[in-house]
Amino acid sequence: MKDEKSAIPRTEPIQSATFSNPVNAEIRRAAATGIYDIRGGGAKRKVPHFDDLLFLGASISRYPLEGYREKCETSVKLGTRFAANPIELDIPVTIAGMSFGALSGPAKEALGRGASAAGTSTTTGDGGMTPEERGHSSKLVYQYLPSRYGMNPDDLRKADAIEIVVGQGAKPGGGGMLLGQKISDRVAEMRNLPKGIDQRSACRHPDWTGPDDLEIKILELREITGWKVPIYLKIGGTRPYFDTTLAVKAGADVVVLDGMQGGTAATQDVFIENVGLPTIACIRPAVQALQDLGMHRKVQLIVSGGIRTGADVAKAMAMGADAVAIGSAALIALGDNDPKWETEYQKLGTTSGAYDDWHEGLDPAGITTQDPELMARFDPIEGGRRLKNYLKVLTLEAQTIARACGKNHLHNLEPEDLCALTLEAAAMTGIPLAGTNWYPGKGY
Amino acid sequence: MQTFDLEQNDLRTLNATLHAQKTNTNQTAWNIINPRGSHAIAVGLDAPIEVTVNGSTGYYCAGMNQQATVNVKGSVGPGVAENMMSGTVIIDGDASQYAGATGHGGLLVIKGNASSRCGISMKGIDIVVHGNIGHMSAFMAQSGTLVVCGDAGEALGDSLYEAQLFVRGSVKSLGADCIEKEMRPEHLAHLTELLTQAGSDAKPEEFTRYGSARQLYNFDVDNAGAY
Repeated sequence: MKDEKSAIPRTEPIQSATFSNPVNAEIRRAAATGIYDIRGGGAKRKVPHFDDLLFLGASISRYPLEGYREKCETSVKLGTRFAANPIELDIPVTIAGMSFGALSGPAKEALGRGASAAGTSTTTGDGGMTPEERGHSSKLVYQYLPSRYGMNPDDLRKADAIEIVVGQGAKPGGGGMLLGQKISDRVAEMRNLPKGIDQRSACRHPDWTGPDDLEIKILELREITGWKVPIYLKIGGTRPYFDTTLAVKAGADVVVLDGMQGGTAATQDVFIENVGLPTIACIRPAVQALQDLGMHRKVQLIVSGGIRTGADVAKAMAMGADAVAIGSAALIALGDNDPKWETEYQKLGTTSGAYDDWHEGLDPAGITTQDPELMARFDPIEGGRRLKNYLKVLTLEAQTIARACGKNHLHNLEPEDLCALTLEAAAMTGIPLAGTNWYPGKGY
Repeated sequence: MQTFDLEQNDLRTLNATLHAQKTNTNQTAWNIINPRGSHAIAVGLDAPIEVTVNGSTGYYCAGMNQQATVNVKGSVGPGVAENMMSGTVIIDGDASQYAGATGHGGLLVIKGNASSRCGISMKGIDIVVHGNIGHMSAFMAQSGTLVVCGDAGEALGDSLYEAQLFVRGSVKSLGADCIEKEMRPEHLAHLTELLTQAGSDAKPEEFTRYGSARQLYNFDVDNAGAY
């Protein structure tokens, strides 16, 4: 009898796609702690991305440019609408806003060094401007955030541009939290709060609410800075057509549009993964809004959220962006999540490439921490050199593709240079499915 | 006394003229006439000059003020003296929302009433309101002092950090983590000084002090209902 039973083929254990091991682990973690998971970074779920687009190189109908002989320009001018002193960058890849507090002082210095060496700008973050950052950044964009931590008119006047942050792709509609363990004496002093307490960043500005108010706020900032520097408006990707329209009507010089793959220093995982639009889904509506207003290329569009390669840069620009911004990729270039720290990542219960508990201040790479011993592991000069190299590679890659498409400037890339690999990407971008001249929503 | 007529000249010229006083401070007294509710009047000043605005203003009057004394002979729109760093701003009439928002220093005096969110996220500024203030005032206020000679609206001091609040009249309700606190001699002395500076004859001992219970300083799931 026993032998007969063991001879019956058994059903193999099947893991539920809905209740997968990671999902179940999160349920158990929530049940044990009673609190949601907080982490850094952007959306980790797979969403349609630049990988779902391909370039159509030149052939008979279009001729390419010679890779090592013919120029492909990369410069970009930002803030030409109202500012007396627009920002001129050598490359269309900027460094996104990341705060001193979330990042160490040396890490901010390295961002400034690398960006300046590559001929581009870097950006402050919540918590204000540090002298190191200003000193090492040839072009520095000053973020004007809801918390106004560290915000003062002296630093405002030192900035090469002002970026009013309405939202960011990782958490559109959400604020932030810098946990007490990262509040060193210096961070506390800059933010006018006691050391060691959680510092909450509000989700909306304290002295304006709607687009009509925003227009007046922009007027005030221009009056204070003498109409000299560009004013950017940063929005998280949710309703890009309407938000871009309102940003232009409020008087922005530049719109910074951040998709859901864009990172944050810390927020709820449920927020990062479930709120906002994939970056490629944001670009077409924003460009359409600018075109409908007759402002495309007059109000510049910077796209961010998951930019990793020169191909991503070129694809964003072909869709109509004037420039892109990188945050997560810049941190990786500095050394974040480097496998050389694998033993220490494992001690923290994670592995290199997956480490995202930046809010805890225990970063083995010494970048997202205020711990003096960990910070000492990071060399800002070497970090700056690595970032410069990476920015140059991004530029070279984008130029390579642009030349293959017959373009003598990255800005000459156009949607007609692209095709979509998937129906989803075609629908989101309005770029025809590969091998067709059709995308979902387009009539036959 | 220099007179600047906003009916004859534009806002840009006004602010540029006042900003230029930083290097040319022999013209220390300015009289602005016909403000007609304009926004962003006398913003970003950074010199020890005295500016009188004869009439009511729109948004952000005296925003980010440093060193200057600005006196509005009328009422002001939202965000008066927002992010002020130093100096003195005196409003003879009423103030709309967000008065003194995120201010880091200096003294803001409102001789009438102030609307909602007065002193929101204040970071060191002192604000004295002779009349009443609206709801959600001193929300997430970090440091500095808010003195209210009249009544306060709902949710006073919600999510308060280290700012000190003094109210003479009634408080409709306190916000999360804001509690009544003992008035000690040092508080009475500080309050007396502010009332004197603000030209108020209210008696310090008639006020009640409020401050943070400091229960929400570090996230605790047991306090989730308070957020």
